[in-house]
Amino acid sequence: MANEGQERLLVAAAPSRIGEGWTLRRFRRLPIIPITILILFIVVGVGATWIAPLDPTKTSLRDRNLPPAWLEGGDSRYLMGTDHLGRDVYSRVIHGARISLVVAAMVILVGNTIGVVIGLISGWYGGWVDEICMRLVDIKLAIPTILLALVLVLALGQTFILIVGVLAITIWPRIARNVRGEVLQIKTLDYVALARVAGASTPRILTVHIFPGVINTLIVLTTLEIGIVILLESTLSFLGAGVPPPTPAWGSMVAEGRDRIAVAWWICTIPGLAILIVVMAANLFGDWLRDVLDPKLRQLA
Amino acid sequence: MQRFLIRRALIAIAILLIVSVIIFAMSRAAGDPRHVFLDDYATEEDWEHLSAGLGLDKPYYQQYFIFLGEAVRGNLGVSIQQGRPVMEVIWERLPATFQLGLTSFCFSVIIGFPLGVLSAVRRGTVLDTFAKGMALIGQSAPVFWLGLMLMFFFAVTLDVLPPYGRQQTTSIVLPAVTLGWFFVAANLRLIRSAMLDVLDSEYIKLARAKGVPPRTIIWKHGLRNALIPAITYAGVTLGGLVTGSVVVETVFAWPGLGQLAIQSLFGNDYPLLQGVVIVFTLMYVMASLMVDVLYSYVDPRIRYT
Repeated sequence: MANEGQERLLVAAAPSRIGEGWTLRRFRRLPIIPITILILFIVVGVGATWIAPLDPTKTSLRDRNLPPAWLEGGDSRYLMGTDHLGRDVYSRVIHGARISLVVAAMVILVGNTIGVVIGLISGWYGGWVDEICMRLVDIKLAIPTILLALVLVLALGQTFILIVGVLAITIWPRIARNVRGEVLQIKTLDYVALARVAGASTPRILTVHIFPGVINTLIVLTTLEIGIVILLESTLSFLGAGVPPPTPAWGSMVAEGRDRIAVAWWICTIPGLAILIVVMAANLFGDWLRDVLDPKLRQLA
Repeated sequence: MQRFLIRRALIAIAILLIVSVIIFAMSRAAGDPRHVFLDDYATEEDWEHLSAGLGLDKPYYQQYFIFLGEAVRGNLGVSIQQGRPVMEVIWERLPATFQLGLTSFCFSVIIGFPLGVLSAVRRGTVLDTFAKGMALIGQSAPVFWLGLMLMFFFAVTLDVLPPYGRQQTTSIVLPAVTLGWFFVAANLRLIRSAMLDVLDSEYIKLARAKGVPPRTIIWKHGLRNALIPAITYAGVTLGGLVTGSVVVETVFAWPGLGQLAIQSLFGNDYPLLQGVVIVFTLMYVMASLMVDVLYSYVDPRIRYT
């Protein structure tokens, strides 16, 4: 293809900015602890079935409300104690990581895809297309999220796919708005104009020439989203509209332990602590990434 | 300025309409409300009679317009569980939600703003570390869990505050702190980073060179400019307070709209649910509209775009 060759001659692929920030000086401030926690979270989530010592759904009425192993009256079989049905809290927390991980991964995948596509199209075409997309974003940002998610989930059924869908709907607008902003800048650059002159098609320009320029922003936003999605998912679970029981989700575990907080504090404290630690790690890692890759986003708390 | 506000108002109306459609569709999809009234022994006639009584025999679009027309006039139907007009039930609950929301909002401003400023001014000190720690916990802890932990510590272990309800004057402390903490964190971070930018600017250097006392520089020249991002965010805050109240009111059995939303949701009381969600959305939209007005007042640049 002559066109193709010409394009290659005239235009270098969009410069990826990923490499820019990675100087040695910044590496030194690498947030080791958050990264370790996140890796652990992923490993535990993926390998839950092998890592958990006991079946998370197996009840044992004789071992109800046992405190964690290190406390008086604790049983060495149950490291973090048992809940009101005698299920092992430790194994349930491990399996809960899987739910949070899978939901977060799916939601981010779906939400980011929608956000990126709408952001690219909106920024590239401008005009009425842009107007419609951005008004959609405005509308979405102005609707109370949890409430709507609750109504949707309880109306249409507590299925995994629906929960992912509902949460994805809540995260795409932010992605779309930021990607659009980047596209508006990138599309005025010379190399994009040259790609056009060389006869590259619009889809090709968008994917090969513009998208790489957006990746930095996307990585930063995605990392910061991990925490948001995990919090939203656990809130839905807590309110009884998450992944249906007996699948152990962190949020529903807290809800189950809620009424027994005075007699068995560990049932609701430990899963909540797990949420806190993972979200905190994701936030710290996201903050660091933002400072390294994309300081422009700093205003975005 | 006017164009900007008219535009925002139109968007607000569009949002309300869209939400009303979604809510209407969802409440119909949620299941047949007749199940609440009728048991297995009800005859076919009973079902149809009830259909006519509830207006369920008409086509959906007609049901929607009837619903919308009535809603605009302030009539949101009759609660199935309580057998009273929805608006009446909502009016009863509204003061509690407003009280909680306002208290949390004040808490988040009173703690968040000064702590953000001090944390920026005394960068790297113990105070800064403490403030950043507060912010990190506020942004990372799930609200429902934070509430339970505070309840466990202050109401069960120390027994100094009531654990739930709204009977005592001190009852509001725990829910308000729980709800407000996240926004303390948000305000703190925004003010801190904006302050750091502002303190680095030329006009602050000029003020310093002129010999303006540091206190005036920080609180007058500095904070005033650092407020802009915080005010933009205040819209999100007010909206978030609405959503957050659903969770916090459930945890602390606070008798407000949020608790009512959950009760109607699980009780399959669709007229009540519709009403609550619409009132919530109305509050949400009004809040962001108010912030837009405030914002264009504080930052004149926005009026002309």
